[in-house]
Amino acid sequence: MIQSAFAVYYREILILRRRLTRLIPSWCVSPLLYLIAFGFAMGKLVTLDGHTYMEFLLPGLIAMSSMTQAFAISSEINIARFYWNIFEEIQAAPVSDFSYVAGEVLAGMTRAFLAILVVLILGFLFGVTLSLNPWFWLAILLNSFLFASLAVGIAMLVKSHADQSLMTSFVITPMAFLGGTFFPLENFPAWAQNIIYFLPLTHAATAIRSASFGTRPSGISLTILGVTGIVFFSISVLCVKKAKD
Amino acid sequence: MIRIQNLNKTYKNVQALKNVNLEVSKGELFAFLGPNGAGKTTTIRILTGLAKLGSGAALLNGFDVGNRSVESRRQCGLVPQSINLDRELSVFENLTIHGKLFRMDKPERNARIDELLDYVEMGDRKETLVKNLSGGLKRRLMIARALLHSPSILFLDEPTVGLDAAIRRKIWALIKKIQQHGTTIFLTTHYIEEAEFLADRVAFLDKGSIVVVDTPEALMNRMGTWALDHLKEDDMETLYFNDRKEANEHIAAHKDSFTLRRVNLEDAFLSLTGKKVS
Repeated sequence: MIQSAFAVYYREILILRRRLTRLIPSWCVSPLLYLIAFGFAMGKLVTLDGHTYMEFLLPGLIAMSSMTQAFAISSEINIARFYWNIFEEIQAAPVSDFSYVAGEVLAGMTRAFLAILVVLILGFLFGVTLSLNPWFWLAILLNSFLFASLAVGIAMLVKSHADQSLMTSFVITPMAFLGGTFFPLENFPAWAQNIIYFLPLTHAATAIRSASFGTRPSGISLTILGVTGIVFFSISVLCVKKAKD
Repeated sequence: MIRIQNLNKTYKNVQALKNVNLEVSKGELFAFLGPNGAGKTTTIRILTGLAKLGSGAALLNGFDVGNRSVESRRQCGLVPQSINLDRELSVFENLTIHGKLFRMDKPERNARIDELLDYVEMGDRKETLVKNLSGGLKRRLMIARALLHSPSILFLDEPTVGLDAAIRRKIWALIKKIQQHGTTIFLTTHYIEEAEFLADRVAFLDKGSIVVVDTPEALMNRMGTWALDHLKEDDMETLYFNDRKEANEHIAAHKDSFTLRRVNLEDAFLSLTGKKVS
């Protein structure tokens, strides 16, 4: 089972390696724009809980990047499925649905971790250093696991690459802006807070921010991320079964 | 050996396969011949575990394909109709991925890759990116990939579709060579000459049902040896003769224009189904 999962992972990593020189600049663009626009332009006017806005923003950008890049594995799966027909090659091999999902999720998580390294370097260049303790990495691990698992499930359910873009527009983009990336959750109206509390990115941003400031993240946030990740992973395995026929 | 018993498959109220029964012996080259939509690819997809079995049973070397067991998938190699290679990766990388998917150890995998690239005459293309290969080379690579884990059954779904005549002949020679090494080959095609040249036995498939199974020679002999095509208003009429002399006498006795040719599998298909294969 592990061998098959690593075979699927190996394929994605080979492709990632080929594209890395193109991907790294693309991973820089959004965080760089946010750091310049919100961090430089607006950040000098704002302090939050004794931290500069740049210090507040960077963990949020890390949560957002780990989400978007982990979720981006869905596009890779769709290209392989709808344009290159690679999905069939894997399905004809003795690879279980669990192994397939595990391999793809691992690839999504790898993308997320590489993108985070890029954001951390950018933050460093902007003079922001964070506490990179085990809690920080655990929160990222859980967040990327959750969104990579969601990505595989959605990639199996959509019928075309265009549908995939719709999912990004309706699920990922709103979450990126509402999930505590740019503003503290407390600044939203109470009714909105009740909704936003249920977004996984809210818990990822909160946990990563706490860890970045050297404090232990809330156990509830980490548990929600972990449990939601396992639920999404399990659903994805079922979605692979559905996608076959 | 392939055994199919009472196989049925329905897609959204359309019955793609109707009560298909078939046995293919070890080392045999068996061709499924039929027009587009006849159910050829559906059969291969079921046998290779890509599609769920509707009802009935299908066994590969005794292993049930219905439960998509690891063992049933190990028995077979698949060359699908559409190119499904990773275009951004090299020939070697594509083959390595396949070997890893089939859990081959590195020394065994690398040795087999070298052996197969020589076998399909692509030894000098090991590091070439797939996107830089011609259509014919891509097909040969797909065949090499399907053989990598040493399956005893090879499924070829329209292996020469879209290739020019010269490349097609090269692929045919390769398929024959694979059969000579003892591999059972299950081929689908809508090219008459492909089935005639390659197959030990042919099944005519029409609207999901097998119409007849026999050797190409026996199927053609049902019609005679010579065919006379005669354009009659908007329709082509074909007359069949056992010897050439009879055919020539018919031409001499009529003032119309005829085309004399040897009987082929298309004639047999037309006679049994009322339609052409291609």
